[in-house]
Amino acid sequence: MVERASPLGSDFRPGFHGDFAEGTGVTILEAIKGSIVEANAWPGEEKTLTENLSAICRLKLSAAPGSGAANREGTCAFNIGPGRFLLSGQDEALAGDLIAAIDETTGTVTDLSHGRTVFAIEGSQVEWVLAKLFALDFSLSAFPVHTGRATAHHDLFVQIQRRGEKRFELYVFRSFARAFAKTLRRASEDVGYTIR
Amino acid sequence: MLIDCPHCGSRDLAEFSYQGDATRARPDLASTDTKAWLDYVYNRPNPAGRHREFWQHAGGCRAHLVVERDTLTHEILTVAFARDAAGGDAA
Ligand SMILES: [Zn+2]
Repeated sequence: MVERASPLGSDFRPGFHGDFAEGTGVTILEAIKGSIVEANAWPGEEKTLTENLSAICRLKLSAAPGSGAANREGTCAFNIGPGRFLLSGQDEALAGDLIAAIDETTGTVTDLSHGRTVFAIEGSQVEWVLAKLFALDFSLSAFPVHTGRATAHHDLFVQIQRRGEKRFELYVFRSFARAFAKTLRRASEDVGYTIR
Repeated sequence: MLIDCPHCGSRDLAEFSYQGDATRARPDLASTDTKAWLDYVYNRPNPAGRHREFWQHAGGCRAHLVVERDTLTHEILTVAFARDAAGGDAA
């Protein structure tokens, strides 16, 4: 079988970096996903799509702006627009299952598994670091666990889901992943960061 | 400048892209009225004050919006999904 290569290259070295004399404030890693999928409902089909996605992924999804969910198997999803969801999971078959299960009269399902890279960033200083890059409120009350935001860092679109009190996952175009990793590392330098 | 996206809430201008004047109406496709087509394609009133515009929340939910904006103060007066709002041909 062909080895899966990371787009992050040799710059993204495991270890401690930046100002880590007092320990590191965040840990950054590439979150490896088996499937990454975007699903879009046709107008009026939002409820049907949400119910179908919930059933296939075993998640409790809602069409509310920014809402999201995750389950124990690591499947997670969040709303990124009107009738639009970004879903991912460890299971490589998930993308195919969703494409097969969502009727073409309900909406469209696009397999992005090879088109996105997901960064996980976690640690005590995670909100401080992300607030440097995005004009969003990262406090837990404004951005609760499992909810998500579709946003941008300059020209790079980024979809963000909060996966824990101090953990976020950031979805970026795979072709921009190496450049974005550099940005993320630069923003983490003052708090010190671990790459895992 | 902040725009209140009806889906995402208040977001920075940098996430949005301008999509053009939302007040012009396309002439009938069968029309051969050159002046009407010239006005539609090129001529803009460019008002100093309230203006209806198409925007897209490109770096966000990607919805197309109709924004009413004051071109003198940059005050945003209304924001609505383009599919629900009267704009362009529907104005
Ligand atoms: Zn939006």
